[in-house]
Amino acid sequence: MIETRGLTKHFKDVRAVDGIDLSVRRGELVALLGPNGAGKSTTLRMLTTLIPPTAGTATVAGLDVVKKQREVRQRIGYIGQGNGAGHSQRGRDELISQGRAYGMSVRSARTRAAELTESLGLGDVIDRTVSTLSGGQRRRLDIAMGLIHEPDILFLDEPSTGLDPQNRANLQDHILRLRARHETTIVLTTHYLDEADSMAERVIVVDHGRIIADDTPERLKAKHVGDKITLGFATDEDAARAARKQGGEAYGRELQITTEQAPRQVLEIVDDLRADGLTPTEVEVTRPTLDDVFLTLTGRSLREGAA
Amino acid sequence: MITDTLTVFSRELRPTLRNPFTIIISMVQPLVFLALFAPLLPKTDGGALQWFVPGIVVMSCLFGASMTGSNLLFEIQTGSHERMLVTPLRRPALLVGRALKEIVPMFAQAALIVLVCLPFGFDLHLGGALIGMLILAVFCTGLGALSYTLALASKNQEWLFWTVQQTLLFPLLLLAGVLLPLDDGPGWLRTLAAFNPLRYVVNAERALFSGDVWASTTATGLVAAAVVGVLGIAVGVRAMRRSD
Ligand SMILES: Nc1ncnc2c1ncn2[C@@H]1O[C@H](COP(=O)(O)OP(=O)(O)O)[C@@H](O)[C@H]1O
Ligand SMILES: [Mg+2]
Repeated sequence: MIETRGLTKHFKDVRAVDGIDLSVRRGELVALLGPNGAGKSTTLRMLTTLIPPTAGTATVAGLDVVKKQREVRQRIGYIGQGNGAGHSQRGRDELISQGRAYGMSVRSARTRAAELTESLGLGDVIDRTVSTLSGGQRRRLDIAMGLIHEPDILFLDEPSTGLDPQNRANLQDHILRLRARHETTIVLTTHYLDEADSMAERVIVVDHGRIIADDTPERLKAKHVGDKITLGFATDEDAARAARKQGGEAYGRELQITTEQAPRQVLEIVDDLRADGLTPTEVEVTRPTLDDVFLTLTGRSLREGAA
Repeated sequence: MITDTLTVFSRELRPTLRNPFTIIISMVQPLVFLALFAPLLPKTDGGALQWFVPGIVVMSCLFGASMTGSNLLFEIQTGSHERMLVTPLRRPALLVGRALKEIVPMFAQAALIVLVCLPFGFDLHLGGALIGMLILAVFCTGLGALSYTLALASKNQEWLFWTVQQTLLFPLLLLAGVLLPLDDGPGWLRTLAAFNPLRYVVNAERALFSGDVWASTTATGLVAAAVVGVLGIAVGVRAMRRSD
């Protein structure tokens, strides 16, 4: 559904996006993860025809984003970083005029607006002025606007930034349900690690305008960091002996082992050690986060960058 | 294209219509202006109003059109402009629809001004006045598109928009002889005015409002308006494509 080759955007001397090759299949849910300024928004803005690339090419639904702008626009929905609905407008009016903008008749725009209002839980506020809505309500209205014409592909730029945890969860839920129902291809950007982790089956880590990793969250963690098993022993001596048998590093009375599948392996390891008369007093399995992945890849933590 | 323009136009107009107070204010304003200015006019052959009223009409339309970008500034900041740019709406429709939203209420205003002036001896020639308004609409659409371009260029610096808008608007009005006649001005002033397209539009309005439809001023006014209209839209569309 989306193909880019060497997609690049320079703003004067800033290399916002620096040669991105991307391929997204129909029905995928992809998260672009990276710190502020990584080039996520700029990438999305090129894919949605808002700005022309400095170099490289991109096609969306098989259509070139520079040569076939109108056709691309017809096929996609875009929910930007800001608020799509005008603040002095009423929600329902905005939904209907959005439908008109996509060439829908007033009647079908009205019907569709009612459906979306219902499914996004906006019934009580849809006829109010947008400026009186809460952040979460406004964001759901933005999503409704992006969906009015039932696009094949949906782009969301930081959909949940600025929302409290409850509204974030609620929004993520809506996006996942949408996907389950319509098989929409979804590309979203986020700097929330847990969001990328829990929503996307494919995470593309972006830093300084480049893709530095691209895989499922599980494989990214396994490949770049690995799980950690920490075993506690009664004495330093036991820990050292266990290290000789099982590998890993002993620190005082603790043994640390890095592996790819800790939850399964830990049972075997404990059994083996017991057979040798070495019974661990404590067992802890630590699975890495995407932040650990980012840290390994760049030497920086995403949390600092996102703060 | 027409559907797209109507979509943008009606979206823009809706909040205004929902708030009648702003409409009343904008109606009263030129009347106050007229009431204060008209007594100062020289009592020549009774045509003072005839000369002045088209000028007032032009002025309010101009004020309206030059505001096109001010709503846009806010919508650029909030993100709703970006949202509209991603829709398949045709680019000129985004400009024209917004400009028309500022101009159409001015037509109602013009009608009101004319109605108020009728008892004071203003001589209305409906056909001419309608043609005049049409020419004015073309001119103001171009001006609105330029105002839109200015908003795009100013982006987050609101002061820039207002400074440029104010700095350009008043010389434009004065050099068109909207409020004061230029005929007695010094030569350099008249030369400058000759390069002001609004000058020709205003002349055409005066002739048309007096029922002088077949005068050559009508043609020059129309040409000047068309040039500004086409140029404004071309510049605006280009700015929209290039802005990041
Ligand atoms: N319109 C612009 N003009 C100049 N620089 C820009 C513009 N948009 C983005 N940038 C710069 O490009 C880089 C990437 O920005 P962006 O794509 O917004 O990052 P992200 O969305 O990942 O936070 C940043 O350094 C930013 O300052
Ligand atoms: Mg961003």
